[in-house]
Amino acid sequence: MIAPVVVFAVGNPSRGDDAIGPVIAGRLESWLATEGLAGQVEVIEDFQLNIEYALDLKGRELVLFIDAGENTADPYFFKQIHASPEPSHSTHALEPPAVLQVYLQIEGHEPPPSFVLGVRGEHFELGEDISPAAQQRVEAALKLVERLLHQASLAEWLGEVG
Amino acid sequence: MFELETAANPETLRRVAIDPVTRVEGHGKVTLLLDQDNKIHQVRLHIVEFRGFEVFIEGRPYWEVPVTVQRLCGICPVSHQLAAVKAMDQIAGYGPLTPTAEKLRRLMHYGQMVQSHAVHFFHLASPDLLLGFDSDFTRRNIVGVALDFPEIAKQGVLLRKYGQEVIRHVAGKRVHGTGAIPGGMNKALTRAERDEMAGGIEQMIAWTQGAIAMVRRLHETNPGFYNVFGEFPSNMMGLVRPDGALDFYHGALRAVDAEGKTIFDQVDYANYQSVLEEEIKPWSYMKFPHIKSLGADKGWYKVGPLGRVQAASFLSTPLAEAERQHMLAIGNGKPVHGTLVYHWARLIETLHATELIRDLLNDPDILGTNLMAEKGERRHEAVGVIEAPRGTLFHHYRVDDNDLVTYCNLIVSTTNNNQAMNESIRTVARQYLDGKELTEGLLNHIECAIRAYDPCLSCATHALGKMPLIVELLDADGVQVDRMSRGL
Repeated sequence: MIAPVVVFAVGNPSRGDDAIGPVIAGRLESWLATEGLAGQVEVIEDFQLNIEYALDLKGRELVLFIDAGENTADPYFFKQIHASPEPSHSTHALEPPAVLQVYLQIEGHEPPPSFVLGVRGEHFELGEDISPAAQQRVEAALKLVERLLHQASLAEWLGEVG
Repeated sequence: MFELETAANPETLRRVAIDPVTRVEGHGKVTLLLDQDNKIHQVRLHIVEFRGFEVFIEGRPYWEVPVTVQRLCGICPVSHQLAAVKAMDQIAGYGPLTPTAEKLRRLMHYGQMVQSHAVHFFHLASPDLLLGFDSDFTRRNIVGVALDFPEIAKQGVLLRKYGQEVIRHVAGKRVHGTGAIPGGMNKALTRAERDEMAGGIEQMIAWTQGAIAMVRRLHETNPGFYNVFGEFPSNMMGLVRPDGALDFYHGALRAVDAEGKTIFDQVDYANYQSVLEEEIKPWSYMKFPHIKSLGADKGWYKVGPLGRVQAASFLSTPLAEAERQHMLAIGNGKPVHGTLVYHWARLIETLHATELIRDLLNDPDILGTNLMAEKGERRHEAVGVIEAPRGTLFHHYRVDDNDLVTYCNLIVSTTNNNQAMNESIRTVARQYLDGKELTEGLLNHIECAIRAYDPCLSCATHALGKMPLIVELLDADGVQVDRMSRGL
């Protein structure tokens, strides 16, 4: 059975604050098990988003993309996103709206309601650990994620949009 | 010194920077120096974030390295894992792999080849090829292709997914897998997994053949453009079997010249430093490898699809070899060097990989459970080489008695292609930009030439807002005259 909610946590754990996504994914997995929500939420972690992730949107009720952000709001921003033809600028990696657009094109209908949680990061060098400031933002972001997953409905998520 | 590498009087020229190059992983920047008549005097591809890999690896336990190196690159983690583990097989003292272990590694590698090549062609190349170089920027990605060619877009997604599923079944996980370990593999393939993959492979072969037919038609329809865009002669290199067939996973080094004549052949890659050396240039972070005997000016080469399908004598699978012959026919008996032919060659390799996957899935050894080689004497130095999707990938390590890596030298595919990529953009600049008012469509010609190589600059980070496109036009004093940005 497909979990109604899918969470994409994006980032490279060996590149400083780019680890924000993977760190949240790791914490989320154990929290979901503790809360008995593991069957309701699928967490997918990767270095970056790619075209095949459009296929992971099928049959979902809600979608959440979590990624580190550079020069984004502190500690995080949370917003609804929609399919968009805006291209990505890096090889092989897509922005969340482009993943939704791929879904729209290959499935022929709108993707499920989707949101982005961008947690601010500042240091992205290879071999760096996640910074203490980013760790603190992870804690703040996790509180939001836990609220979202406890109340996984479009109305509740829209109520959290800042 | 190469033509257009360094202008005679740069202080009198305008500078155009394309920074970073769109849809290129990591941070690449192209700078052009032009005079008042838009005549081009200098063209350089700079890799602005491509350092620190070796330092990242040194000091780590050797057995950890095949997993750690996957974090160097989010695009081809399997290639780094396999190149590293081939070296660590030797460091740990293991003898030849068991037939099942080698075949599982090959299966995983071919899955990587399919998923990487599929995303490159369908996501990066097909927009330029199908929609045109001057098409609106926002349409020049898979989204644009999907609007006009929905079936092609869907096939691209599903081919990519298939390759990822092959990796997942063999490595245990779609990403960050640990399937290959020093001495063999840590997971056998189940019959159900094999059957699931076998159920989809014929469709993947058929779709790949369809894509090849499409690209072949493009070349036949407009050879004056597709065959000669960014065309320049160069040496080529790749791994080959003893009989000369291309081998993605294991073989000896062969290099041929622009006419196809052998420069060296059957060189044990452990001795790569006897035939190759790396040059440093003050304006680039990335080294410039070349064939030692020919020197830096004449010894540079192409790797990756166009280089290796021509360095090899043949492909071992019938459908792919037949398509290779079609591609070679445009050269009238001589090697082909057009930059856009890379896309054709890449699809031929995709077909080769899918045929190889089919063969492996029909091989009884693939379900074997004898996964670990016999262990012998520990070694302190080893080299692992593989044909990664983008080209030949070298991993060279030294390990001390405490199992810690003391020396690491990586020559990644993109580094091997450094001079070739620079030559491509210089050729394109001469062909299409020289003396003309620059437009976005013309600048896209430069980006297309780079994208043909599928350079992976391996930053493997993708934070939101981290990769905007910025194009700056600067005057001779470096003062910004105009600026355009996307993705901010």
